[in-house]
Amino acid sequence: MTDATQAVDQAAGPAEIFGRLQALSEKIQTGLGAAVVSATIAYDELNVTFDSSKWIESLTYLRDNGFVSFIDLTAVDWPAREQRFDVVVHLLDPAANLRIRVRTAANDTTPLPSAVNVWPAANWFEREAYDMYGVLFSGHPDLRRMLTDYGFDGHPLRKDFPQTGYVEVRYDDARKRVVYDPVKLSQEFRSFDFQSPWEAAKYELPGDEKATKG
Amino acid sequence: MTEQNMRNFSINFGPQHPAAHGVLRLVLELDGEVVERVDPHIGLLHRGTEKLMESRTYLQNVPYFDRLDYCAPMNQEHAFCLAIEKLLGVTVPRRAQLIRVLYSEIGRLLSHMLNVTTQAMDVGALTPPVWGFEEREKLMVFCERASGARMHVNYFRPGGVAKDLPPALIADIGAWLDPFLKLMDDLEALFVENRIFKQRNVDIGVLTAEECWKWGFSGPVLRGSGVAWDLRRSQPYECYEEMEFDIPVGKHGDCYDRQVVRLEEMRQSVRIMRQCVEKLSLAENEGPVLTPDHKITPPRRGQMKQSMESLIHHFKLFTEGFRTPEGEVYAAVEAPKGEFGVYLVSDGTDKPYKCKIRAPGFAHLQGMDLLCRHHMLADVSAILGAQDIVFGEVDR
Repeated sequence: MTDATQAVDQAAGPAEIFGRLQALSEKIQTGLGAAVVSATIAYDELNVTFDSSKWIESLTYLRDNGFVSFIDLTAVDWPAREQRFDVVVHLLDPAANLRIRVRTAANDTTPLPSAVNVWPAANWFEREAYDMYGVLFSGHPDLRRMLTDYGFDGHPLRKDFPQTGYVEVRYDDARKRVVYDPVKLSQEFRSFDFQSPWEAAKYELPGDEKATKG
Repeated sequence: MTEQNMRNFSINFGPQHPAAHGVLRLVLELDGEVVERVDPHIGLLHRGTEKLMESRTYLQNVPYFDRLDYCAPMNQEHAFCLAIEKLLGVTVPRRAQLIRVLYSEIGRLLSHMLNVTTQAMDVGALTPPVWGFEEREKLMVFCERASGARMHVNYFRPGGVAKDLPPALIADIGAWLDPFLKLMDDLEALFVENRIFKQRNVDIGVLTAEECWKWGFSGPVLRGSGVAWDLRRSQPYECYEEMEFDIPVGKHGDCYDRQVVRLEEMRQSVRIMRQCVEKLSLAENEGPVLTPDHKITPPRRGQMKQSMESLIHHFKLFTEGFRTPEGEVYAAVEAPKGEFGVYLVSDGTDKPYKCKIRAPGFAHLQGMDLLCRHHMLADVSAILGAQDIVFGEVDR
């Protein structure tokens, strides 16, 4: 069907890529209207944020407009935000040779509609997002844990989950089975902050509050 | 037995099964010998790479990528380095680009050689792996001579590669290519036309191009279904643009086509490697292999003894590391198994805020149910082998 010469190269310079992404961004905004919350181009990549109530309609629109290939779905945790998760999907349009990153906001209690009916590949990626972040997907056929242990508790990639975890496993010779114990560290987990205090870190030094109060 | 008390039979395939290519547990629902449903249970090799990365600097995170797909370590490092370079806006020196391409192709050979020959073993041919592993051994020696390690090389760096290649190594890689092509002829003669190999692979696990796209398949699985999609050609990175190579595609989208595509890709890799070796020997391509910006790459040892500024750079780089501007990028490479992508979110500090690793094997393994349904039990291992699954990257 396609031969090697056809795939040869739609490679483009940065300026041309910017123009094509700009055109795509405009097309999506006119096609979807109010569902688009924002659309920006950064690092030669198009980022589009959708309203979570229009999530499936937006994804279906993208699929029907060339983005047939599902690349990735994941979540990003921003604990300070009211809607703490960003659900981020990467898509590929192989005919136009364009990528897009779309996102929507989610929290840990309200489920987001599942994209399984748009791309079947979303199935495992959503399971993983559920497992790692606790993002719920409604209408998902099989929302089990994916990578963690059977019976695991918690969502490890959340920012408030400690890197050392809560339980450790060992083989108990007396009981002849694997048992779970609370984590015991012979040395406290050390996280060094090497960042220059005058460049990056935001410490509140004693007395600083007086400056901001007044 | 009456009709009512017939029931399907569930078995566990793995987690300790030689044909599972790692720690995969497949729960198979069988009707006689026909597979009715496949439920892969993964995560037995889950090491929390993405979590660990969030508390380490960019430079400390590079070695984790060797441990994802441990058959082709440098290709994953490459994706991570490309993502960081995209954030920083760094250009890689010409010589480093050539070395990266050379070693990416070595990685492709390492991976394909393992996969094609062990898949042949899964379907009954015992000799190919023995021949293939001999050549893999030689390639791993090339990795060792470049970086000091055979598998977990930690050779690519944001901004280039760790060290330059010694001239003798470049010559030895050049000398290895022709004898290897001879071995490829032998390997192909050994099992490509073999009746048993064909009986086990032809028309097994057929995928259409459309199915491949919507299931997120990439790499040889996609090309086996007739799509000439290769990121090295369609979204070229490094100096792949100037390399001459062909993209082999299959016609039928079955396991046999996937394996034949891989075999042909190995020949194309040799072509690319030959061009890299020729270019690396040219005087015009001499030069640095790391970008000279010492905010990102360490200064040479000698400079550190002479210059206070170099010493400061070195100290800062190996304590604080470098900081990346705020933002998010996605960088993908054509890894041997398909599209390997890194989605990096930076909050402006020296550590990634989030790093999502998009492993091709994860998407491929998801298709097991689709592919194996209504096939025989014995086909499961053929399909699994032809998808080229490595658990390091699936479980992360």
